[in-house]
Amino acid sequence: MAGEAAVKVPYREKRPFDYSQYIRKGKLPHIWCAGCGHGIVLKSLLRAIHASGLSKDEICMVSGIGCSSRTPGYVDFNTLHTLHGRAIAYATGVKLAKPNLKVFVATGDGDALAIGGNHFIHACRRNIDMVILVYNNYIYGMTSGQASPTTPQGMVATTSRYGHIDPPFDTCEMAKAAGATFVARGTAYHCQELEKIFYEAIHHKGTAVIDILDSCPTYYGRLNKMKSASEMMLKVEKDGTVPVAQAAKLPPEKLEGKKLRGILYRAERPEYCEEYFKLIERVHG
Amino acid sequence: MNEKETVKEVATKPPREKKKWNIVIYEELCKGCSICVDFCPTDVLTMKGDVVAVKALERCTGCQLCDLRCPDFAIQVFPE
Amino acid sequence: MERKFIQGNEACSEGALYAGCRFYAGYPITPSSEIMEVMSVRLPKVGGVFIQMEDEIASVCAIVGASLGGLKSMTATSGPGFSLMQEGIGFACMAEVPCVIVNVMRSGPSTGYPTGPSQADMMQVRWGTHGDHPMIALTPSTVQEILTETVRAFNLAETYRTPVVLLYDEVIGHMREAITLPKEGELEVVDRARPNCPPEEYRPYDISKGEIPPLAAYGEGYRFHVTGLYHGEDGFPTGNTKLIEEANKRLLSKVEKNREKIWKNEDFYLDDAEIGIFAYGVSARSAKFAVKELRKKGIKVGLLKPLTIWPFPDKAVREMAEKVDTIIVPEMNLGQISLEVERAAGGRCDVRGIYRVDTEPIHPQQIMDAILSREELTLPTELAERDMTDG
Repeated sequence: MAGEAAVKVPYREKRPFDYSQYIRKGKLPHIWCAGCGHGIVLKSLLRAIHASGLSKDEICMVSGIGCSSRTPGYVDFNTLHTLHGRAIAYATGVKLAKPNLKVFVATGDGDALAIGGNHFIHACRRNIDMVILVYNNYIYGMTSGQASPTTPQGMVATTSRYGHIDPPFDTCEMAKAAGATFVARGTAYHCQELEKIFYEAIHHKGTAVIDILDSCPTYYGRLNKMKSASEMMLKVEKDGTVPVAQAAKLPPEKLEGKKLRGILYRAERPEYCEEYFKLIERVHG
Repeated sequence: MNEKETVKEVATKPPREKKKWNIVIYEELCKGCSICVDFCPTDVLTMKGDVVAVKALERCTGCQLCDLRCPDFAIQVFPE
Repeated sequence: MERKFIQGNEACSEGALYAGCRFYAGYPITPSSEIMEVMSVRLPKVGGVFIQMEDEIASVCAIVGASLGGLKSMTATSGPGFSLMQEGIGFACMAEVPCVIVNVMRSGPSTGYPTGPSQADMMQVRWGTHGDHPMIALTPSTVQEILTETVRAFNLAETYRTPVVLLYDEVIGHMREAITLPKEGELEVVDRARPNCPPEEYRPYDISKGEIPPLAAYGEGYRFHVTGLYHGEDGFPTGNTKLIEEANKRLLSKVEKNREKIWKNEDFYLDDAEIGIFAYGVSARSAKFAVKELRKKGIKVGLLKPLTIWPFPDKAVREMAEKVDTIIVPEMNLGQISLEVERAAGGRCDVRGIYRVDTEPIHPQQIMDAILSREELTLPTELAERDMTDG
């Protein structure tokens, strides 16, 4: 992989970033609703990819089904838009067939943690080299607002009109417990911080999971009486999170109901593809 | 560098001319979410019907936050 | 010439490696697990990749991913696992990604009788995934044929850019026979067509130069998009109703139009036959024995054994139906293929089934007895009225 950690990241530059070098011609405007944070996340990712020095040919982006899973269609990489929940399984096949590719998985809270939960935890267990972006907007947007595995208790979805009673998953805790070696949380609101997290994730060897808090004003916002995308970004993403570095200094009452942001966990553990290719060398006739 | 030196250095430098910025709005891409308007630190932008518009360019500091938070690739800020 | 005494499932792995399979993803299930066990040992020795996935859904997805990465890929399973793979098989049909899926049939539905053989996945293989879709399925009936048909399965997948199912029952999967291992170059091995245009001109579903467009591999400079949505020739989603209809029809017709090339049958004493047998898999073995025995008694019986079951060998069945009075279809299910035979025969002769679902193979004697006293045979359409308790 080209690019070293020392490469200057573009967010520091006082000039606009040229996204058109990564966006496929004629594919904009994208399908995401007004105020949906997915576009902000995508832009952060493209800036991080640019800073990493990866060439477009070196990148494969795989997705499942849902709003977030439309991402690969817009970007000029090797791209694969697959079945609901199965992106990680397809990505595993691609990565093992072409280990030099940097594989990104664009997935959502429902896609990754409900229907695709099994593939999610097993990718983490293997520590296979891929960057898994969980666009977490607490709801099934594509199918119009049903509750997801991350919908907080008490919130309203079209399938929890009386308030959601199911306890939610914490994407990061789950990834860490399953064995992921890079676990982070960012938000669309903190888009520059998110870009840094992506940049670090790209340079990590192993399964990197990023829980990206992002808003669905069309369904989650409307059903939960948040009037605008900006209001959601303030309430959920800004006020609902605390940087992990700050959290240690804060009294417990200030942390109540807040999610930690930043790189939450990092570990060194053998990466799956490298281990398999070592095995090939060992048994090769 | 201590504080005294910093003050001295700034004082001896000629006053810098304020940098000018040019905001480009791609109206065909703007979906009118108003995120850029709501989060602009110097209140440069406004909504004009369903799309964003510039109301006070002179206040623009070139911070790029409108571009960074625009989900629709619809606004960019160029140095003039 | 190397002779080897091996099991059907081992022969499948031999065939896959011969065909150039370099990626296997699978999940254990009786009675197919030996295939994955052999692949786990053999693949790394030839630089290939083996991975045991978390379930069958992941397995079929991983082989499609690996195939798009340029490797010939396969998985193997049995009925319950095949059920789980159905959505992924549909994706491979839609995205036109070559791969091979082996289904070693056991008794169902549900967990059924896991160690008992059956031939009851014939229709699940044809129509299991949703939507109109193409399907090629091969039905070997000997250990040697498992090897050669596995090679052919890869060749057809690569030729037509479509998933191919190798379909056989537990009996021949676990049976051991002496087979001849083919020498290098002895059997034809086909590789998918690769694009030779500049990457910026590549369109993964462009049929202007032939109905099966070349397939690039990821990571080789051709940055293309693949989706399970209906797509245009550039691979990007489309809502254009005309394009959707054309694409759906083309998916089916690329196999149907080439069925003469995909069909493969074995005829046995059919020339002067008055009674025909249509049998596949282990039932074809019993049928062959029955034909030999009945011929000794002077009864003019012949066998049509399809090695390609899907697309269905309509032409061969029709030709047989023109010659014989009756076609007997022995199968280890309750009439899945005999109804197809009846359709293909189109009223030219009687079609009668011998069905067995007690997890025992159909014995030659059962076929012989049935032919000698034809009244006991079941018409496929009479099944609903039949007393099933004494079957």
